[in-house]
Amino acid sequence: MPIINVTTRDGRSKAIEGRAGRSLMENLRGGGIEEILALCGGCCSCATCHVYVDDEWLAGLPAMSDDEDDLLSTSGARAENSRLSCQIPMSDALDGIAVTVAPED
Amino acid sequence: MRRRRDRQRHHRRGAQLSRFDVLIIGTGHAGVAAAIHLRQAGFAGSVALLGEETELPYERPPLSKDYLAGAKARDDFRFRSADFYAERGIELIPGERVKTVDPEARSVRCASGRTITFGELVWTAGGRARRLPGAHAIRTLADVDALKDELASASRVLIVGGGWIGLEAAAAIVKQGKKVVLAEREERLLARCSGRALSDFLAARHRAEGVDIRFGGPSPDPADFDLVIAGIGIEPEAGPLLAAGAEGGDGVAVDELGRTSLPHVWAAGDVALHCNPFGPDRPIRVESVQHATDQAACLAKAIAGDPRPYAAMPWFWSNQFDLKLQTVGLSHDHDEELVRGDPASGRFSILYRRAGKVIALDCVNMVRDYVQGRLLIERGTRVAPDRLTDPDLPLKTLVD
Repeated sequence: MPIINVTTRDGRSKAIEGRAGRSLMENLRGGGIEEILALCGGCCSCATCHVYVDDEWLAGLPAMSDDEDDLLSTSGARAENSRLSCQIPMSDALDGIAVTVAPED
Repeated sequence: MRRRRDRQRHHRRGAQLSRFDVLIIGTGHAGVAAAIHLRQAGFAGSVALLGEETELPYERPPLSKDYLAGAKARDDFRFRSADFYAERGIELIPGERVKTVDPEARSVRCASGRTITFGELVWTAGGRARRLPGAHAIRTLADVDALKDELASASRVLIVGGGWIGLEAAAAIVKQGKKVVLAEREERLLARCSGRALSDFLAARHRAEGVDIRFGGPSPDPADFDLVIAGIGIEPEAGPLLAAGAEGGDGVAVDELGRTSLPHVWAAGDVALHCNPFGPDRPIRVESVQHATDQAACLAKAIAGDPRPYAAMPWFWSNQFDLKLQTVGLSHDHDEELVRGDPASGRFSILYRRAGKVIALDCVNMVRDYVQGRLLIERGTRVAPDRLTDPDLPLKTLVD
């Protein structure tokens, strides 16, 4: 099971056992990260599952769609390493991925 | 023997008399958001989430979309795990329905006879689907389980109501090879919530996918179908609060923090009649995940000592076939509807204006307009219609 290292908004770190085949968002939410609201349930219609992905993992992620790019642009907290976690499928290749929950907009 | 009886009696007493600092009624989007935001805001008192259903709380949008279509399993859309609530001291009280509220005693009485007292009561009971005799509804997981059981062997399906639920159900069911008739008593789809351009576009698309849409009356004879679904809206579940003297009517009235007219009683979500900063100058109810979540978060923060008026931008989405429909703002009382882009291309937006200002957009496979249109609404910029409808001008360039 791939491990996800999450840093929450209060700066605390937590390691979650992920499930391959589910999205990063579903794994974070299922792992008890309450700051991930994911209001639209993962259909890329909002931006409430915004995370920062540690640089070393960015290149290995699927490319960002125009829709994701547009939705992220609604966030005042967008950074170079911003992604919507619902758009990242977990896989064994991502074992050890490190992400930080973006601030609330 | 006697000891055992005592213990049982004691246990019963323990189960029937209880008190929570915050008692939340309703386990939908608003109720769960209220509980989570209370804890996020550092609220340390006791919290309970009480609801009629016995299911671990779940999201409702998939009921008429991925769950009905078979693309999501039953446990794929729970808000949180059972452990999550336990770890945060959020007590789940399933299978209870509140019959009466006593604001003086600060207590609720359930249909089971159980009485629970509270410090603050958060009413997020949502609404009850309007039902037609012999027809299925789509509001709860149990509704859709029952519907899916029968759908498996049905070949002719009648859907009554051309609103969001009816349309999403039609899309999910016609894709399963069923013959679907959708009956709408008005002359167009989404008559209650959207403009004509979207109605016409969706009618054409559903017909192209094989949905037989019939406008106006009389409704087709249910006897000609194997299965009937009613998607005819909800009745807000406000009865016990109104009976206790809360102001309201079509829902329960709340102020900008989510307070009802009864002391220590709050409300949010589908049931809350409120003056929305993005809506018309009269109290309205808004039925959406965004509203339920954000208004509940607002009242939770207020209870936790951080009161800030509800001011979230409304948004909404629907998925039908390969269409991503997104709405931002509230189009109530619009006096103008502008189409941006060519509906025939399958990617376009509709801008709604009131007194010259853009108040809402419906966007079809057009996330960019959905995102940028929000700025037009926020700023209240007045822009010439020919510029708003020029698809080559990004909306963000039209904002001051």
